[in-house]
Amino acid sequence: MAVAARKASATKSKADAKSQAKPLAAPSAPKPANFTREQELDAYRGMLLIRRFEEKAGQLYGMGFIGGFCHLYIGQEAVVTGMKMALIEGDQMITAYRDHGHMLAMDMSPRGVMAELTGRRGGYSRGKGGSMHMFSKEKNFYGGHGIVGAQVSLGTGLAFANRYRGNKNVSLTYFGDGAANQGQVYESFNMASLWKLPVIYVIENNRYAMGTSVTRSSAETDFSQRGVSFRIPGIQVDGMDVRAVKSAAELAVEWCRSGKGPIILEMQTYRYRGHSMSDPAKYRSKDEVQKMRSEHDPIEQVKARLTAKKWASEDELKAIDKEVRDIVADAAEFAQTDPEPDASELWTDITL
Amino acid sequence: MPIEILMPALSPTMEEGNVSKWLKKVGDKITAGDVIAEIETDKATMEVEAVDEGTLAKIVVPEGTEGVKVNTPIAILAVEGEDASKAADAAPSKAAEAPKQEAQKQEAPADDAGGKARAAADEPAVEKEAAKVPAAPKTEAAADPDIPAGTEMVSMTVREALRDAMAEEMRRDENVFIMGEEVAEYQGAYKITQGLLQEFGPRRVVDTPITEHGFAGVGVGAAMAGLKPIVEFMTFNFAMQAIDQIVNSAAKTLYMSGGQMGAPIVFRGPNGAAARVAAQHSQDYGAWYGHIPGLKVVQPYTAADAKGLLKAAIRDPNPVIFLENEILYGHHFDVPKLDDFVLPIGKARLHKAGKDVTLVSWGIGMTYAVKAEAELAGLGIDAEVIDLRTIRPMDLDSVIASVRKTNRLVVVEEGFPQSSVGDFIANQVSRQAFDYLDAPVITIAGKDVPMPYAANLEKLALPSVAEVVEAVKAVTYR
Repeated sequence: MAVAARKASATKSKADAKSQAKPLAAPSAPKPANFTREQELDAYRGMLLIRRFEEKAGQLYGMGFIGGFCHLYIGQEAVVTGMKMALIEGDQMITAYRDHGHMLAMDMSPRGVMAELTGRRGGYSRGKGGSMHMFSKEKNFYGGHGIVGAQVSLGTGLAFANRYRGNKNVSLTYFGDGAANQGQVYESFNMASLWKLPVIYVIENNRYAMGTSVTRSSAETDFSQRGVSFRIPGIQVDGMDVRAVKSAAELAVEWCRSGKGPIILEMQTYRYRGHSMSDPAKYRSKDEVQKMRSEHDPIEQVKARLTAKKWASEDELKAIDKEVRDIVADAAEFAQTDPEPDASELWTDITL
Repeated sequence: MPIEILMPALSPTMEEGNVSKWLKKVGDKITAGDVIAEIETDKATMEVEAVDEGTLAKIVVPEGTEGVKVNTPIAILAVEGEDASKAADAAPSKAAEAPKQEAQKQEAPADDAGGKARAAADEPAVEKEAAKVPAAPKTEAAADPDIPAGTEMVSMTVREALRDAMAEEMRRDENVFIMGEEVAEYQGAYKITQGLLQEFGPRRVVDTPITEHGFAGVGVGAAMAGLKPIVEFMTFNFAMQAIDQIVNSAAKTLYMSGGQMGAPIVFRGPNGAAARVAAQHSQDYGAWYGHIPGLKVVQPYTAADAKGLLKAAIRDPNPVIFLENEILYGHHFDVPKLDDFVLPIGKARLHKAGKDVTLVSWGIGMTYAVKAEAELAGLGIDAEVIDLRTIRPMDLDSVIASVRKTNRLVVVEEGFPQSSVGDFIANQVSRQAFDYLDAPVITIAGKDVPMPYAANLEKLALPSVAEVVEAVKAVTYR
């Protein structure tokens, strides 16, 4: 006796018909946006805040105020700054553990971030999360995740919630060239495309997954093409130019808000520091780093334009610099003097 | 010789089914591969193909017949050269004969749970448990104080109770949705989500690709954004692919965010040993998830508990691991007929009061405890049976109060023995009630081996009622 299984109520799936879809209509990379004076100044101030904040965090780490792992964002500032310029209220952001810049870009308080780095009660997680695990419900920042690639599925879930609620919000899901080789990234790509979820996958390609260069870790080093099997279009963006990032962000945000589903932005960027504070970065030459700094620095590029267009005098730029340094100094002071969490905090926030 | 066409076993666990339709009539020529009939189980309708050629001489079991035992002749086929009418007269030569394993099982109900065949999770469509077998012998079960006295009770399966719990909560809260493999159009691999797609539509009943790690993460992300997902794993064996998202993302976010955001999510599905599906499909995760701060872990036995606790789990603002059991899905229990029956998570249920020894178990482990209790009663040993229901947070107070009364404790579970849930209970009891113990605590668990495939070895790998009885005799010095 042989049997053949079939469904009790054989319903012909509608999905069968739609699978014969048209070729992937990928948008082409837009030109860098034309910034107004105000936009240039905003970008300058925003990126400078991240740079000075990270330099201070590095100092505090060296002084022993910050423990554990600490991953600095120096060099990559244009990515989060340009992306933030295209967001509206309610859009979410999620990333991995190189997250300080993302939080500052989402207008989280430098005091709260720095005090979390030093493990103090005034930190965003009351000292219980640290550098890698920080969140702000108020600012729609969903972490701050320590497991490489895990945030990609989570960010896809944020987009799922947006679609479920029928709102227009978009999930900005950041990950690096290293995480791009994790399996769950592709599981998430598949679902995001299948369900047309409003998620922008921002791949920050800073060329090194810890100490392994992309050419040694990735069979396909054009990360904008990593979604092709899932019909997700991708664009390569000069992640050192905040104007290029902003115009790509606007295109991507519009793509998602109009219901076309996910999109990938490969941000070609570079981190000046090691993977974490304890990484001597022997896997690349000093010349390589120096060349990026002198020729492509995102902050210097804005500064040069502001000066060339005579949109800001030397004094005005110095004033911004001082304002930023004051903010960072205040945050550092707070983070060093704020008390550690009360011992009772050990037992709070485990379950509700 | 005419050929008898027998009622086929369409899965390892199928014991009977319904002949829902004959697609051939008497006198029809049949060639191998022809679909001749449709057989219905409680989970699916299957087509039956002929393997022999001939003429359909007689339909022994007419369509519409229910409860036809496996191996019962359902039709007679005259082979070439035979007179179909004579072939039809040939009486069925042999009575329905259950496979030896099944017969043994009926004689030894003690080993029921272990010996019962259980369908492989990835071919679940026709699985049929011994649903009509009462889950417990008729000893007087203690009334659940969470159910108002005088409440009307209705008999239903654990499967139906789980479905009703989800449907009620989805009606109540727009933020509740279910996602998982085959939960929507297929109506659930184990038919737990039957009818939900029809009532709530594809927005809220979401079929996922086979991608546990990914959809667990998507679920947690949606929960962090304020939705209340129910994530169904076809079995918890497959949730090992997703355990990073469950432990690192769902369980820890509330703590890591200083209480700002957590993950109100339910991960549910069948857990523990299924039958004859061997090592990779047969594992009890109670101890694994019970280990993790930030999770709640529920492992119900009865349909009433399944319903009341699943409703509570869905409402709970924390991630809840809801460990079901495939064998129990078809078991009938009384469920209170209440508009909104919600039970507290973290509270044990006194299943039966007694004075000589405390038996603690949960989930399918209760089947051993309950049968052992009945057997022990025959030996003059009055056992108290506590159904823990929740592994985390654990109602140790109830266990300790009982031990202080009986002075003896035996814990029963199907999971592996090392670092088991029972080990934790034994440790806590020895610390908190040492002076009350008149014997060492005995923990009965599955054997310390991967689950074997062979029926006899599988039975040996699982706990047995005899082991429980022996343990009770040992702690009561009989």
